[in-house]
Amino acid sequence: MAEKTINIKLKVWRQGGEFGGGKLVDYSLDDVGTDMSFLEMFDVLNEKLIAEKKTPVSFEHDCREGICGTCSMVINGQPHGPMKGTTTCQLHMRSFNDGDTIVVEPFRAKSFPVIRDLVVDRSSFDAIIQAGGYISVNTGQAQDANAIPVEKDVSDAAFDAATCIGCGACVAACPNSAAMLFTSAKVSHLSTLPQGKVESSKRVQAMVNQMDKEGFGMCSNIKACEAECPKEISVDNIALMNRQYLASVLGSDKQA
Amino acid sequence: MNWFIQFLTSSIGRKLIMSLTGLFLILFLPVHLVGNLQLLMNDGGEAFNVYADMMGHNAFIQFTAKGLYFFILLHAVQGVIIYMKNKNASGQKYAKSTNANATWASKNMIWLGLLLLIFIFIHMGDFWFAMKFQEWDQAELGREMIAYNIEGQSVELKNLYAKVNYSFTNPLIVGVYVLSMVGLMFHLLHGFASAFQTLGLNHKKYTPAIELLGKLYSIIIPLAFAIIPILHYAGVVGK
Amino acid sequence: MSDILKSNVPEGPLAEKWVNYRGTMPLVAPNNKRNIEIIVVGTGLAGASAAATLGELGYKVKCFTFHDSPRRAHSIAAQGGINAAKNYQNDGDSVYRLFYDTIKGGDYRSREANVHRLAEVSRDIIDQCAAQGVPFAREYGGLLANRSFGGVQVSRTFYARGQTGQQLLIGAYSALSRQISRGSVKMYNRHEMLDLVKIDGKARGIVTRNLLNGKIESHAGHCVVLATGGYGNVFYLSTNAMNSNVSAAWRAHKKGVFFANPCYTQIHPTCIPVSGEYQSKLTLMSESLRNDGRVWVPKKKEDCKKDPTTIPEEDRDYYLERIYPAFGNLVPRDVASRAAKYVTDEGRGVGATGLAVYLDFASAIERYGKSEANSKGMNNATPAQITEMGEAVVKAKYGNLFHMYEKIVDENPYKTPMKIFPAVHYTMGGVWVDYNLQTTVPGCFALGEANFSDHGANRLGASALMQGLADGYFVIPYTIGTFLANEIRTPQISSDSPEFKAAEAEVKARIKGVLDVNGNQSVESFHRRLGRIMWDYCGMSRNAEGLTKARQMIRELRAEFQSDVFVPGSNDEYNPELEKALRVADFLELGELMICDALDRNESCGGHYREEYNENGEALRRDDDYMYVAAWEYTQDNADWNLHKEELDYENIEVKTRSYK
Repeated sequence: MAEKTINIKLKVWRQGGEFGGGKLVDYSLDDVGTDMSFLEMFDVLNEKLIAEKKTPVSFEHDCREGICGTCSMVINGQPHGPMKGTTTCQLHMRSFNDGDTIVVEPFRAKSFPVIRDLVVDRSSFDAIIQAGGYISVNTGQAQDANAIPVEKDVSDAAFDAATCIGCGACVAACPNSAAMLFTSAKVSHLSTLPQGKVESSKRVQAMVNQMDKEGFGMCSNIKACEAECPKEISVDNIALMNRQYLASVLGSDKQA
Repeated sequence: MNWFIQFLTSSIGRKLIMSLTGLFLILFLPVHLVGNLQLLMNDGGEAFNVYADMMGHNAFIQFTAKGLYFFILLHAVQGVIIYMKNKNASGQKYAKSTNANATWASKNMIWLGLLLLIFIFIHMGDFWFAMKFQEWDQAELGREMIAYNIEGQSVELKNLYAKVNYSFTNPLIVGVYVLSMVGLMFHLLHGFASAFQTLGLNHKKYTPAIELLGKLYSIIIPLAFAIIPILHYAGVVGK
Repeated sequence: MSDILKSNVPEGPLAEKWVNYRGTMPLVAPNNKRNIEIIVVGTGLAGASAAATLGELGYKVKCFTFHDSPRRAHSIAAQGGINAAKNYQNDGDSVYRLFYDTIKGGDYRSREANVHRLAEVSRDIIDQCAAQGVPFAREYGGLLANRSFGGVQVSRTFYARGQTGQQLLIGAYSALSRQISRGSVKMYNRHEMLDLVKIDGKARGIVTRNLLNGKIESHAGHCVVLATGGYGNVFYLSTNAMNSNVSAAWRAHKKGVFFANPCYTQIHPTCIPVSGEYQSKLTLMSESLRNDGRVWVPKKKEDCKKDPTTIPEEDRDYYLERIYPAFGNLVPRDVASRAAKYVTDEGRGVGATGLAVYLDFASAIERYGKSEANSKGMNNATPAQITEMGEAVVKAKYGNLFHMYEKIVDENPYKTPMKIFPAVHYTMGGVWVDYNLQTTVPGCFALGEANFSDHGANRLGASALMQGLADGYFVIPYTIGTFLANEIRTPQISSDSPEFKAAEAEVKARIKGVLDVNGNQSVESFHRRLGRIMWDYCGMSRNAEGLTKARQMIRELRAEFQSDVFVPGSNDEYNPELEKALRVADFLELGELMICDALDRNESCGGHYREEYNENGEALRRDDDYMYVAAWEYTQDNADWNLHKEELDYENIEVKTRSYK
């Protein structure tokens, strides 16, 4: 169980403070244990920088177990790095080789402005949810949970969409910076369940309109989002949202 | 009508336009191909020339053609608008970008589309414009008239067949056509299934069939189109 | 009992207390609600559900989180499930049974009336969440599925795969988002509470730092609700999120809010062991794994570094099954954790560090494989076929957990036993609150893990989510009225008052203080050292000598921090190191209080195990002397805290010794 170590070179996007409008800065780290997580490698780098009285790299992270959706790095051109279905915090250094140069950049999109280094502002996602990503039920209004049976397959399908962690990798991966996968996952989660179907027509219009307002791009069905999604959410949700949106705008009297 | 304009300028509305116009063009291609395949008949061009003349004078065809031109332009203009808007939505470029898991065609639809637009201008200038707006008295350019006996009457028609055959003796033109058809193939390889996805026509059971059909279509149709200039150039037909 | 600590538990029979109280408590009329501002700090299950519900009721709510979005709170990481006394399985569950199990699981150190109320509203929570679109697991008939969890005999846990916390939090987040869009809640993301402001003895607001630009801001309201989570990160390594911290609660504590039972920490037995010095956090593997996994270590020390699959059956010590034949591998968390500590202390731990035990699925795989072979009529199935079928069954049950383990450890747990070790997971202690969830400062309330109220000395699985949502959806919306009904004539509170200005100045001075040290050691290094002290002396087992020593060590560490910490950058920018420095400074104070509490409690109960108080290695509770809640009052820096005791009366439950043998 002797741990393997590797030497790596990093090119990290630094922005703000002394780095102004931003540039890639070179760092090198030796004897990086391969059992280290990618973010722990950054911890080590930052400790090194602090010891040299330099400004550590700002990056966002919280749960470090792949569920909170806070971490956001594009590693060698891939949001959350090379491992499929994995967030940055769950990526380990064993995915890299001795002597590798690793390029680390923030999630890039107009609607995700960079705050500092690798930290971006994703509040546009909150705005999309606020536009309609909920079921309008006040506390206390609910009937017994078993009063509305939900077919297991339907419930599972809703779950598959609901598993979205709101990290924004879909937007970061999309050459068009579209937020269709994020938005459609919520539309799909809620409209698939009988509880959420009631207001699905209005919801889909409101959420799509907000998504457009936030300045995200349009979907060209490139499917890079699906490939990079750490929760492997399917682009089938996008088709579902398109269908519901068209039906709602053209086929109902609803207007959001 | 405010809602309608809002709809047409929404992200999904714009994509709907791309999808519907694209599907229309997908329907048009086989129709066009069936006519063109007459260029491969060994009848000295009679069937093709009669067909071409009919196309030029039939009221329904003329009406549909106007729609076709409109849809081509709409598809192109909308495509350019979407491209610009998407460019505007995306932030700074990545220093290192892989998009490892996306197909090449899906990321280059705009360029493939512009290639096809240029091709359409060349193609129409060469044949459609000449057919419609030029006098045909220059045999050396392939522009000559030819007389046929149709239902007992002698009719003089423009010999488009000869014109086509003449054009396809130029390797440059043949090259442009073949290259454009390769472009068309890639454009369709992404566009065909994509149109259905945009319309939300997605189904666990049927989508694989649509995708397969799309692949077959995207290869067979451009290939069949590309065969015509190649065979004419090679002299297999038309000599 | 201290006369400051009024539990305000209503009179009447236990089962009717809440219903009667709810029906007679003072209310705030809708027209008055519109003029009353409530500050909610934190957007986890408790905070988000409280903010959303209070917004629905018509109050003007201001909600704060230090995250970039309310959806990131660490409630999201809860895996297993949420308990509710629905009795959908017809297995004899009831409100009383859930109440009883929770009190017993908490080792008889929680307040009866609070726990009973929790059990009552547990049913409403499931209804509410299902209506919000939480995709709970379902049976083929379309009705809700349940599973069982450690320490109970019924199936009452509702779950959404291994992501129950995520789904519940997204439910609360969407309810909150709805209120934000309606304007009844104003959301402040990336704002960290750095102080509580009192005016005339009542909590009237908070001082925050805008984490984007360092701006110190005052926010005023008629009352303040703290839903700021637990303090497990005082141990540095824990299953908590990296940014989870005690600062909001600690600042309130320094303004007069009592801190109760800080020594009660839950050490969860099934976490992925530490792999190296750089380790930043620990990952939990759901307790549900103990349903099928068998815990063991080698009998002989010399076998510890061997490939476990080569160690023959007779050389393995399935110690939980050996010591606790009645409950076996399913003993409660505190018991399982302590047993793991004993065997590793004996030198029989496995893995590179010797700080791990095996969780082995081989016999479950074989058992399931044989059962599959039987049901398929394969009488002559080869061992390989049996293993293959058994692995498929195990994969269906725990696939996502096995996948996560493999991602982190890079070993295949189907073939090699998992290595696990206990890790800090939850803190039962917290801000002292009365029955109304009000702290000792009028107008300041505390919900969820931030308060101490419902779990006693040990929390049972799947009850943290229950408590957070109970407090937020179904308790605080009522009980806050007991305070606010007297505030309807209070005009809007201004944040320009001298009290706010003084608090702002104090916060600015504190920030300047840490920045100006300009020493040589990173915040991280102090945090790591604090965690080491806490784990070694105030962790799974404690003794007076060690605790006394640790208290001194912490004081020294704190002094060193104040003289040699280095925080790069300035206040006026996005500066995560500064955020961390302020949090670690508070942990350095909290650590000492935890030790004081652990020293005071001369007994072993639940998550608090004092080596001096055991009976043949089992925890020895001393009900005669310690059946109280220890609520600590802050006096001044580097001085002793004042202890106030809230005696616990058990009128409805017979207090027994927990036995799992």
